[in-house]
Amino acid sequence: MIKKRLFVFITVVVVLFAAMVWTSPSILKNVKLGLDLKGGFEILYEAYPYEEGGTVTAENLKKTANSLAQRIDKTGVVEPVIETEGTNRIRVKIAGVEDEEAIREILSRPINLTFRAPDGTIKLDGTDFKENSASITYDALSRPAVSIELKDGTKFGQVTSELLGQYLAIYLDEEEISRPGITEVIASKTAQITLGQNATIEEAENLRDLINMGSLPLKLEEKYTQSVSAQLGMDSLNKTVTAGVIGSLIVLLLMVIIFKVPGAVAAVSIITYSWLLILVHNLLGATLTLPGIAAFVLGVGMSVDANIITAERIKEEIRSGKSMESSLKAGSRNSFRTIMDANITSIIACIALYFIGDGAIKGFALTMIFSIIVSVITNIYLSRFLLSQLVRSKAFMKPKFYGVKEDEISAL
Amino acid sequence: MRFKTKIRYDFVDNRKKFYIFSSLLVTLGIVSLLIFKLNLGIDFSAGTTMDVSVEEGQFTNELVDEILSPFDYNISKTIGGTNNERVSLRFGEELSNSQITEIQNTFKSQFGEQTHFEVFVVTADIARELAVKAIWAILIASILIMVYVMIRFEWRFAVAANLAILYDCFVVVAIFSIFRLEVDLPFIAAILTTLGYSINDKIVIFDRIRENLRFTSYKNEAQLSELVNASIWQTMARNMYTVLTVLIVTVFIFAFGSESIRLFSLAILIGLISGAYSTLCIASTVWFDFKRKEKKKVAAKPTP
Repeated sequence: MIKKRLFVFITVVVVLFAAMVWTSPSILKNVKLGLDLKGGFEILYEAYPYEEGGTVTAENLKKTANSLAQRIDKTGVVEPVIETEGTNRIRVKIAGVEDEEAIREILSRPINLTFRAPDGTIKLDGTDFKENSASITYDALSRPAVSIELKDGTKFGQVTSELLGQYLAIYLDEEEISRPGITEVIASKTAQITLGQNATIEEAENLRDLINMGSLPLKLEEKYTQSVSAQLGMDSLNKTVTAGVIGSLIVLLLMVIIFKVPGAVAAVSIITYSWLLILVHNLLGATLTLPGIAAFVLGVGMSVDANIITAERIKEEIRSGKSMESSLKAGSRNSFRTIMDANITSIIACIALYFIGDGAIKGFALTMIFSIIVSVITNIYLSRFLLSQLVRSKAFMKPKFYGVKEDEISAL
Repeated sequence: MRFKTKIRYDFVDNRKKFYIFSSLLVTLGIVSLLIFKLNLGIDFSAGTTMDVSVEEGQFTNELVDEILSPFDYNISKTIGGTNNERVSLRFGEELSNSQITEIQNTFKSQFGEQTHFEVFVVTADIARELAVKAIWAILIASILIMVYVMIRFEWRFAVAANLAILYDCFVVVAIFSIFRLEVDLPFIAAILTTLGYSINDKIVIFDRIRENLRFTSYKNEAQLSELVNASIWQTMARNMYTVLTVLIVTVFIFAFGSESIRLFSLAILIGLISGAYSTLCIASTVWFDFKRKEKKKVAAKPTP
């Protein structure tokens, strides 16, 4: 019976550590790092309608976001994050980009294809063209041109008959691309955009891609931008993680020195806690940011606290003259309430932070909430289980194993 | 003596000293806030920050001034890093993308391609919005905490705890104002961490007072004072160990962590120390003052 308890304790600890050592490399590889740690940039756009009196609706905001996503995809960037925020904002996060400038340029361009009459009035705009329909063609002299398909053929007929004998200017944003004359009424569904005498195939391809990227239904203005070079991000990550790990190890060592057996058990729980927290973080797909690391390390502090409360309480019970086993029981029971009340109030503060803050603050609050929950599970249940195995194994019966001197114990 | 706990220092009896000290600190903080205000980072005041770090070479004040001389911006700079290889620039203006590139290219022409940048641009309306959100976050969090403590304990504990945690948050803000340290978005996270940690401490001690109240009765102020003092000393070891451990970790992150997180950990450090102090010297003693008055009323009733 006695041997069995000790055996259970050792088995649990060995299995836990083996699992941690075995899974840690892949877990650490899967941690999603925030932009401040791996480099990249983040832009918060505010959307405005192009025309006066127009409105920003949930629908056209969503469309604008989708169109941004398409454009970023075309540049070959992987895993961009594009989210709409509130009623008129779009947040874009892009990691690991070489040429940030080029992407920002592409993102903010409205890319609005319009066909205009000589007096400047817009006859056809982006909404009249089929999405993704631009393609390369060659004219009679085998010069490259871009053809684009209309949704409604009769509309083109109308416009050309109206402007017969004049010309129809083709604009990309505010830049005139070409100005074909209209010599006859064209009732077809396709329109050709010629590029002048010396057009190259590259120019044509470029124009085709721009048109296919789709126009932005809304005008975007940069409200907040953050950009971090990958080198600086890695540097921050390494420094902060190293500092946190060294600090935590010193704390664990102190725990063992001060609290002896409960301290050693606490060290096992806290290491398990750290591993579990990264695992939970990964499973929920959360992103780790710099303040997130701080929250993580502070979570270690909270778990240490939970263990200290329990260990101190057990000490008190031993001092009052109770037996080891009933000291453990009473100590655990009495400290549980304190720890729960303390942790729940902290969670309440974090929930307020999560709902009100955004960006990095949200990440911090989320990590803090996870860390408190995981901390309660490991530091109350795991610690208690391990400690009870040790106490019942009767291998550590002397009060000094719990940091209590014999002469402090009062007789009951 | 009804408690076996050795009372090495009478916190309750000396509470007036703590009240005076804390009131002085709060007054100093208010004066500093009125005169110096807060050194708001661009998160709250709009503008641009650019952190530049180089792999070879180092910055000096003259060199940075010379590099920036072609630009006519409102710039303040701080040189940092172990070998002065890093400089933080703050521009009062919201720089456009091309303006930023121009400045970056100037640095690159001086220090080569191995120059790294971290850039933030915030416009005025977003800055205001962030500041308002931050204040709301603190208010809502403290109200929620108060409600929880009121349900689990009683209103006197809730008010005393809230007074003490708001005091801690204010101390952090005050010290940042006095020493002109920059307040940015992570600073708010630090304040809320202070709030979380600080309430943790208060709950532990109040929980002990509640427990002692359940098992003993008190007849007069002296006995109530003894109860509070005993509760403080019974939880003293835990308080000290916890503060010590969290302090160790925070000091490590402060000293050796990334520069971008340095002020954040400093704020937490201040909050932790203030939190430990207010737990012992403010929260329990304020509760004592509340409770003392209640007892008087009860005692006054029987006499016609």
